[in-house]
Amino acid sequence: MAPPVFAAKDLTKTYASGDVEVRALRGVNFEVGAGEVVVLLGPSGSGKSTFLNIVGGIDTATSGDLRFKDIDLTKLRERDLTRYRRESVGFVFQFYNLVPSLTALENVALVTEISTNPMRPQDALAMIGLENRMHHFPAELSGGEQQRVAIARAIAKRPEVLLCDEPTGALDSKTGVLVIEALLKVSAELSTTTLIITHNATIQDVADRVFFFADGNISRIQRNATRRRAADLVW
Amino acid sequence: MWPQAVAIGLVIAGGVASLVMSVGSFRSLDETRAAYYERYQFADVFANMPRAPRSVLDEIAAIPGVAMADGRIAKLALLDISNVAEPASGLFISLPAQGEPDLNRLYMKEGRLPDPLSDSEVVVSGGFAQAHGFAPGDTFSAILNGKRRELVIAGTALSPEFIYAIGPGDRMPDNWRFAVVWMPERALASAYGLSGAISSVSVTLLRDASEAQVIDRLDAVLDRYGGSAAYGRKDQTSHAFLEHGLDMLRNMSTTIPPIFLLVTAFLVNLVLSRLISLEREQIGLLKALGYRNSAIAGHYLKFVLVIAAAGIIVGSVAGTWLGVIVTRLFGTFYQFPFLVFAKNPDLYALGAILSLVAAGLGASRAIRTAVVLPPAVAMQAAAPPRFRRFLEFLPSPPRFTAQPGLMMMVRGLWQRPLRTAMTAFGIALATAVLIVSLFTGNAIEQLVDVTYFMADRQDATIGFVAKQPANAVLQVARFPGVLAAEAVREVSIRIRHGSVERRVMLSGRGRNADLSRIIDTNLRPVILPESGLAISSYLAGVLGARVGDSVEVDLLEGDRRTVVLPIAALVEDYFGIRAMMDADALARLLREAPSVNAVNVSLDQSRVAQLYAVVKGTPAVAGVALKETALANFRSTLAVTITTMAAIYTNLAAIIAVGIVYNSARISLSERARELASLRVLGFTRWETIRILLLELTFLTLIAQPPGWLMGYGLAWVMKTRLAGELMRVPMIMQNLTYVIASAIILLAAALSALIVARRVNWLDLVAVLKTRD
Ligand SMILES: Nc1ncnc2c1ncn2[C@@H]1O[C@H](COP(=O)(O)OP(=O)(O)OP(=O)(O)O)[C@@H](O)[C@H]1O
Ligand SMILES: [Mg+2]
Repeated sequence: MAPPVFAAKDLTKTYASGDVEVRALRGVNFEVGAGEVVVLLGPSGSGKSTFLNIVGGIDTATSGDLRFKDIDLTKLRERDLTRYRRESVGFVFQFYNLVPSLTALENVALVTEISTNPMRPQDALAMIGLENRMHHFPAELSGGEQQRVAIARAIAKRPEVLLCDEPTGALDSKTGVLVIEALLKVSAELSTTTLIITHNATIQDVADRVFFFADGNISRIQRNATRRRAADLVW
Repeated sequence: MWPQAVAIGLVIAGGVASLVMSVGSFRSLDETRAAYYERYQFADVFANMPRAPRSVLDEIAAIPGVAMADGRIAKLALLDISNVAEPASGLFISLPAQGEPDLNRLYMKEGRLPDPLSDSEVVVSGGFAQAHGFAPGDTFSAILNGKRRELVIAGTALSPEFIYAIGPGDRMPDNWRFAVVWMPERALASAYGLSGAISSVSVTLLRDASEAQVIDRLDAVLDRYGGSAAYGRKDQTSHAFLEHGLDMLRNMSTTIPPIFLLVTAFLVNLVLSRLISLEREQIGLLKALGYRNSAIAGHYLKFVLVIAAAGIIVGSVAGTWLGVIVTRLFGTFYQFPFLVFAKNPDLYALGAILSLVAAGLGASRAIRTAVVLPPAVAMQAAAPPRFRRFLEFLPSPPRFTAQPGLMMMVRGLWQRPLRTAMTAFGIALATAVLIVSLFTGNAIEQLVDVTYFMADRQDATIGFVAKQPANAVLQVARFPGVLAAEAVREVSIRIRHGSVERRVMLSGRGRNADLSRIIDTNLRPVILPESGLAISSYLAGVLGARVGDSVEVDLLEGDRRTVVLPIAALVEDYFGIRAMMDADALARLLREAPSVNAVNVSLDQSRVAQLYAVVKGTPAVAGVALKETALANFRSTLAVTITTMAAIYTNLAAIIAVGIVYNSARISLSERARELASLRVLGFTRWETIRILLLELTFLTLIAQPPGWLMGYGLAWVMKTRLAGELMRVPMIMQNLTYVIASAIILLAAALSALIVARRVNWLDLVAVLKTRD
């Protein structure tokens, strides 16, 4: 078997706010293989976002080991973490986080400008079916369209991993399906390793594996024998 | 918000300080002068003549409008002070046989009045005594009417007539080389053979008298005694200089503080609008919870009030301190019995009220937006701005799309044109204020350069007690150490064009005079025209006359004719107003043989001691004006005052600059924190993020510079125009370096602000940003 893209050992994260300690992650162990699609499920506050942020290099673990291929992410300095995010990670967030003063095309170009082997921004938008809305500003797009721009922006650099934190959280179910569909389509085309946080249990059917979070740990891992197509999902 | 509050507070403090300093020192000087004039009976009209019987005073007192008339002997003479090489001059004024003079009374600093019967006792002016360390009992000599006399100092005094005491031929007071000497009438009359006679008249006017009419009548009375035309306070040297100094202070106080107040209003508005839009949701929540509008407005007003109060306190203290410095500087060349910085409470109140008004104006608009929002709308985040395509009619420039950072900046600026314009305007204003302040300091150096090194290049001017035949210049040329000598004939005139009239000196000089040259308005030395007048360009402005126009001239000497002369050239000069013409033409005009009143000389510096010795033994000489000492005097008195003021304003301008630039940078950081954090998440390095943030500030700072230069030039012109007077002006010469320095200071302020703000990019909380909605 190919070496895993991510491998974590006893990953912990403790927030010390005032005299209260919040142990957001309590020794998480997992491996994710190349091209795998993983869905993260779990109750609110169980540590999913914390986990994803650490994996994505925008937060740091308190203790434990986290490898990305043969790089130890827990040992990277700020500068190298930035490079890791820049070169290898695509993010999609619940609130899109598009730059309001830039058009769809420019929002994508923002990222392609700084990466080494990007697609053309137009092509990235075409992949998610927004080639007709390239010159619109975020405020001129619906939530679902904005989220698709965010996906185009995330994948335009051909990242090795795609990390999505509740990408459908702010969308209605129909739009959510479209977004998930777009997401899976590009990740399949680029064989990107993809991690998706969601509160929508039906989405788990599209994954290779499902991680169930509880109390700052992965309580259970479920492997799906077959993956459903997003279009077949019913909410 | 802390640093922003400090920046606003500092600008308010700057405004209050400049107001308290300039208005306060103006008032101190003005009120002290008024009280001094009143208590010591400063005269309103003055006249001189070679000799008139004392009985003429009765005739003068009978002129309608005259309240009181006083007569005395006044004579200029050389002084000889042991251990002082250069010859000094003294203006000798007689003291009545009994008691004190009725007008222009003395404030005794030390000692007593001389014994009326003494031949040697005198009172000398306080400044002179101080410069030489003289005390009652000390002695010096004078050459009175050709005869040398030992004089004993009985006391030292000040007089409202000589608050600003200038020796013959000088431009600045020089207490080392000029004294006013009060001597008992008996002794002075016997020295000059003027028993029972007077040579100078002072008059006070009744409240509603017309000065012009009294002057006319006085001239008529004194005509038979060869009196030169009478003049009012306006032409009295000390008063005129003091008035000019006051004018300059008054004008400074109405020019600079308003700029600060404007900036204050602007900054308060900028910061408060930002604060309120950040706290929009809280405001909505508070309203939904039932807080009243007044409570919410009160909250923000309190914030502004606290800042303003702190600024007012700091500004009042700083302004008082600066006012004390400036007033003390004035005290070094204005001789007052007392001169202290008046801490009038109403001035501080005015400063406080104006600052509060400015801050309030700035706050009102911002607070209104907070108050008018319905709670439900306020609780939602502000709607994202609808961005327009940049210059939609143009095809999207490919280089722009390739530079999303640039695009973000352009759209951000484009989106809020008013704020963009205001911020650029603010920065331009800071540049402009810096330019004015630097200009004022520079102008003094330009003035020195043109006056002392282009125009008046003589090392000294030797003045005579009375006009001498033309060959006097040949005698002076033979004095030891004299390398070149040029004659000057000076005569008082009244010059008139239309209804405007001024009393000035008309000097006749050789056409090719090379020591004292004439500089035209293009700052080039020119040859005096063969006929007609060359007059100060400022005088031409006052008269409303141009080259080619004819003016009426009353000759106030000799047969006192009125003649009509053309203006042939304009002269660029910065001290006084004057007229010049060819010496031969002047002699013909006066119907006299060529004569001289003074000689300009260049000197062999190694032989000046011998020259001084010879001059002291020449009774015809009334004084020697030395360029080097004049220049040193100028630099140590008036120049210091102006450059000190300029330095104070430069520093205040730098504060404005930092205040505006820092606030702009800080605000754009807080507005864009979310966007910048997103960029960091997407893999932008710190430096790339900072660059995007600072692009806007850099751009605004840079585009603000050219308008800043323009405004700076404009303000400098206003300043120059407002400081200009008949006694002194500053040249409107703006060096390119001034623009460079001003912009460099602004850019430095911008860079420092950028540095402080950039450090905050490191603290951006990436995770927090992702949890919240736009
Ligand atoms: N900055 C912080 N300071 C203190 N505690 C924090 C901080 N961020 C998160 N936590 C805590 O860490 C725990 C895990 O939070 P996390 O955001 O990872 O949950 P989550 O599984 O993503 O929940 P949700 O599904 O609601 O998004 C929570 O108990 C939360 O309160
Ligand atoms: Mg979460």
